[in-house]
Amino acid sequence: MSAALWTIVIAVGLLAVLAVIFGAVLGFAAIRFKVEGNPIVDQINNLLPQTQCGQCGYPGCKPYAEAIAGGEKINKCPPGGEGTIQTLADLLGVEPEPLDAEHGAEKAVPTVAFIREDECIGCTKCIQACPVDAILGAAKQMHTVIADECTGCDLCVEPCPVDCIDMIPVSVDKSNWYWQAPTSGVELIATDRHHHLAGDAA
Amino acid sequence: MTNLIRLHNFDGGIHPAENKAQSTATPIQQASLPAELVLPLHQHIGAAAKPLVKAGDLVLKGQLIAAADGFVSVPLHAPTSGTVAAVEPRAVPHASGLQEDCIVIIPDGDERWTEHQSLYQQLGLEHLSDISPRQLTEHIRQCGIAGMGGAGFPTAVKLSTGQREIHTLILNGAECEPYITADDMLMRERAAEVIQGAQILLHILGAKGCMIGVEDNKPQAIAALNSALIELGEEHHIDVVTIPTKYPSGGEKQLIKILTGEEVPAGGIPADLGLVCQNVGTAAAIYRAVAFGEPLISRITTLTGDTMQQPGNWEVLIGTPVSHLLQLAGYQPQKRERVIMGGPMMGFALPGLDLPITKTSNCLLAPTEKELPPNDIAMACIRCGMCADACPADLLPQQLYWFSKSQEFDKAEQHNIFDCIECGACSYVCPSHIPLVQYYRYAKGAIREERAAQAKAERARLRFEERLARQEREVAEKEAKRKARAEAAAKAQAAKPAVAADSAAAPNSAAATNAADGNAELEKLQKQFDAAQSALAKTKEKLEAARADESMADKVPLFESALNKTQDKIKDLAKQLAAAKKAAKAAPAAAATDTDKGDPNSPERLKRKWETAQARLDTALKRLAEAKEQGLDTVDALQTGVDKQQERVNEAKAAYDASVADGAAAGATVGGSSTSQATGAQTADNSAADQAANIEALNKKILAQQDRVAKMQERLDMAKAEGLDTVDALTLGVQKQQDKLLQLQQELAALAPAGTTSNEAS
Amino acid sequence: MGLLTLSSPHTHGPNSTSKVMATVILATLPGLAVITALFGWGTFINVLLASATAVASEAAILSIRKRPLAFFLKDNTALLTGVLIGLALPPFAPFWITLVATAFAIVFAKQLYGGMGNNPFNPAMVGYALVLVSFPVQMTTSWALSTQMSGQATLGFADTLQVIFAGSASLADGFSGATPLDAYKHLIAKGTADSVLGEATFNGWLNGGWEWVNLAFLAGGLVLIWRRIISWHIPLAMLVSLSLCSLMLGWDEDMYTPLSLHLLSGATMLGAFFIATDPVSASTTPRGKLIYGAGIGILLYVIRTWGAYPDAVAFAVLLMNFAAPFIDAYTQPRTYGHAKAKRGLPPKQR
Repeated sequence: MSAALWTIVIAVGLLAVLAVIFGAVLGFAAIRFKVEGNPIVDQINNLLPQTQCGQCGYPGCKPYAEAIAGGEKINKCPPGGEGTIQTLADLLGVEPEPLDAEHGAEKAVPTVAFIREDECIGCTKCIQACPVDAILGAAKQMHTVIADECTGCDLCVEPCPVDCIDMIPVSVDKSNWYWQAPTSGVELIATDRHHHLAGDAA
Repeated sequence: MTNLIRLHNFDGGIHPAENKAQSTATPIQQASLPAELVLPLHQHIGAAAKPLVKAGDLVLKGQLIAAADGFVSVPLHAPTSGTVAAVEPRAVPHASGLQEDCIVIIPDGDERWTEHQSLYQQLGLEHLSDISPRQLTEHIRQCGIAGMGGAGFPTAVKLSTGQREIHTLILNGAECEPYITADDMLMRERAAEVIQGAQILLHILGAKGCMIGVEDNKPQAIAALNSALIELGEEHHIDVVTIPTKYPSGGEKQLIKILTGEEVPAGGIPADLGLVCQNVGTAAAIYRAVAFGEPLISRITTLTGDTMQQPGNWEVLIGTPVSHLLQLAGYQPQKRERVIMGGPMMGFALPGLDLPITKTSNCLLAPTEKELPPNDIAMACIRCGMCADACPADLLPQQLYWFSKSQEFDKAEQHNIFDCIECGACSYVCPSHIPLVQYYRYAKGAIREERAAQAKAERARLRFEERLARQEREVAEKEAKRKARAEAAAKAQAAKPAVAADSAAAPNSAAATNAADGNAELEKLQKQFDAAQSALAKTKEKLEAARADESMADKVPLFESALNKTQDKIKDLAKQLAAAKKAAKAAPAAAATDTDKGDPNSPERLKRKWETAQARLDTALKRLAEAKEQGLDTVDALQTGVDKQQERVNEAKAAYDASVADGAAAGATVGGSSTSQATGAQTADNSAADQAANIEALNKKILAQQDRVAKMQERLDMAKAEGLDTVDALTLGVQKQQDKLLQLQQELAALAPAGTTSNEAS
Repeated sequence: MGLLTLSSPHTHGPNSTSKVMATVILATLPGLAVITALFGWGTFINVLLASATAVASEAAILSIRKRPLAFFLKDNTALLTGVLIGLALPPFAPFWITLVATAFAIVFAKQLYGGMGNNPFNPAMVGYALVLVSFPVQMTTSWALSTQMSGQATLGFADTLQVIFAGSASLADGFSGATPLDAYKHLIAKGTADSVLGEATFNGWLNGGWEWVNLAFLAGGLVLIWRRIISWHIPLAMLVSLSLCSLMLGWDEDMYTPLSLHLLSGATMLGAFFIATDPVSASTTPRGKLIYGAGIGILLYVIRTWGAYPDAVAFAVLLMNFAAPFIDAYTQPRTYGHAKAKRGLPPKQR
């Protein structure tokens, strides 16, 4: 055999040997570092907003997380909005897609449920609907929402027979108010610079 | 005292123009009484105080008007005598311009004090050393003292150092911010009070020594303090330490570094180092509280800036409106008004001039535009690093800026954004005039919000999971019970097949089982039906697509046949479903008649019947609408179903109405028959009152319902006008709401005559 | 309400980016003056040409990007880039080289990355490197000889214009030649230090006038440090590491370029004080600046000694620009109240 042929044979052989070695290493690693359970579902679930609103078509965030792990689209979560889609896309290494309008729109402001208590007839329907047990009350007794636990999922609004549940925006007070980022002067375009003389007015 | 203390230096810092001379020319003046005082309940760090007065109450000067709510909170006292005009939300001095609960007092001008006496008199003791630190701390707490340097941390909390041994007390008289001279003037004029306050604090803390840090641009204050120390005429361990003027040497952490060379650990407090740091103003307030029993109702505030004709320092009652003070100082409004509460470096521009002075308001700065020009338009960051050189916390401000701007908050946290004290030195030196501090405030706020949201999401997740687990448990329990019952029944049947007396039990339970089975089957069928329908819709879609797309033409017949098949299946299923439903209805009915021990004609039961019928009607209507939309040939069948259901609803309603009317009539009869008895009359009265209340409530409900109907109708009209596809749903909604209205009206009608009858009877 | 409510601080120091850039430009003037005096009008013309090109390209791109022109042009950064390119190019470089280098620097290395503050690489050096690799002949033969070396007065202004714009290279004969760095490197391969110095190019004078240029830039750089426009970290680290390399690896004058030539010839001082210190593309932490400067010094020595190019400031700076973000991430200062400095990037959460 000519030297050239030998070179090719050696090269191919070497690659084959390398392939075997790396394959063995990967195989070993897969067994040695095997992680119990299905952590990807938990990871996805951790990124979901946990409103448990069911707008995605699944009965809660965990089921949707499982569905995503099984190949479901990541753009069906209106409460999470674009932010959640982005983080999910980062986690799963897929392209972020715009929010699927079929499942609703992202809320501009977070809301909590509020029961107009004098109208409540104590039917417990909202209590049964609340996915996070954030409504207190008993049959024929007035119900009330634990505002701190309410995820703002809207699920209690529909079942109420007397329409006494409102979704009100989460109130802002001194403790949770904060400065917004300045609008940077350098991002102005020529046509609108005159309106921003003070530059970074909040 | 000779100054033998070795000073240290902190990194960074800047030397802005001091501008302090303007306001130190005149001695501290007493501000006049304003027309009203507005006292925010939340002037400090911690929980807001709880008001103890209400509108119309008369209060005396120094009277407690709001109590501390918890350990980290501060009570509030009336700054003067007068009338409480209101306890209501008012705009508070905060960058947000938000409203918070405030107590508004209209002064009567008498300045009548509530009874107060020094702590010595209260306890009948003569010397400071006789009073226990605990008593002193409690007294300070009750006098409503919060840190007067700017942060407003409850002083008593700061003095409760727990197990930590405090060796040194540091009094902060650095006052490093430009323009502000409140502490300077206090030290000049009331040095003795500061020194006495220091003695009290030393006693409380059991500290060995005290250092009063004063910047070297306040020689008069230093001299005053030193002569006060000499006049004290007793042994003391207080040193007045002159420190170089450099902003922000008055920051607690920076002052500690200068005086001791030690750094407060991140996330820790000075007490971790055996230190406690208090503002000189706080020390003076503590002295007045202990020596005279005066709560914190006034403070010294600097009024300065070129727009003021008489800049200076005023002793101001807490709650005095800013506008009142500006008038005192001869404020000349500018074209673009700007009034800053606090200094030019860390203060905040007030959103309005009707805001009150609080316990932490050390300065009101109203500069002209020329004096402190508003920021230019920010240029791009050139990463020059001047900010890093100026940062007193050794941060990398330019990196924090990039991370905050691009919302890479994890990186910002990695770069210790929470160690930023927001002193503004970086913004001051930035050649590109970038509002860096605002970026950090934004990032910190956003990170805090994110953390809160994460914690909430985690809680929601746990609650959701626990709820699921609970539901599963309940289902399992029910299932177990059902099984046990079924088994028991089966056993009973097997054991006594011949006993005729027990024959009733068997069919009973059989019926129940049947009903359960029937329900399960019904559900299954329903599911199949739904699935078939969605399959139909999908097939139709595909068919449309195929028709539209010429290349798919050969597949059209295929899809068509599939469509037909699915439609057949749906028809079939619909029939089965109808049959199953009938059976299911029959079964519980049978079971109910057999097992029901209550009165089948009680209004509740009738109402429930009616409600279920109504619900069924609604579902049927929905189905019908769907079928119509999809053009299924089950429409006719459904239509008849709906009609029948409607009848049933009407029947149920009529039965219910009749029973309600009966009940009312019965009540009336009772009322009528008991006219002769006093107690009976009482009952009737009560029931009449109940009735009246009911009627009123109903009336209210009806009004609300009418509102809702109108709203629904409006929405429907809008949808119709815009040709939205929600029209059907909305029509249904209007129908529903009207039904509800009708129902309410009927209820009212049923109640009203009854009410009148009983009224007449009594 | 009408009241102005901005976030604190409400006061600002007298500094501004425009002033910073203008000060840097002013600080180059001593160097430019010495070059013009010793090497003729070529560099002066290049600086003017490059500045004009830089400002024009910046304006063009800004108007395409619909940004306010005056606001951005007055920051002086484009002007500075132009000045630096003009100073770095050979005096007799044809005008189109200056045009290409400057336009490329502004358009590609700066504006396409988002304009001032956003460019990862030093724009001036990107432009310089482009023409250096693209037109190596013009870039190595267009250097001028100092008055002492050529033994005559510098080429006249009009003649220089002709050389640059009309391509009349023959006019520069006798005035142009290789730089001392270049010549020494080639000649030492065949001789000893003494023999090299005896060659016509050197005429017994090692730095050939470049030492005055470098000392002038050093003076300008010290002014910048004094005015706190730049910090001492990068220049010092760079000069020290260059010196150490030279002393440890190239102490033998008969084999390698001597230290004095390294420090006081070529673009060493211009690079150390004006180019490596470009804040946008450099490392920003105090320790990071030391590492960054030292890296440039080492690369400078390595490329000058073993590389194909006579000078290497551009490549050394560009290579370290790559490393700057990484260096920054690992050289955070210790924050007040923390026992240790944090390092690296935050761990990926979740």
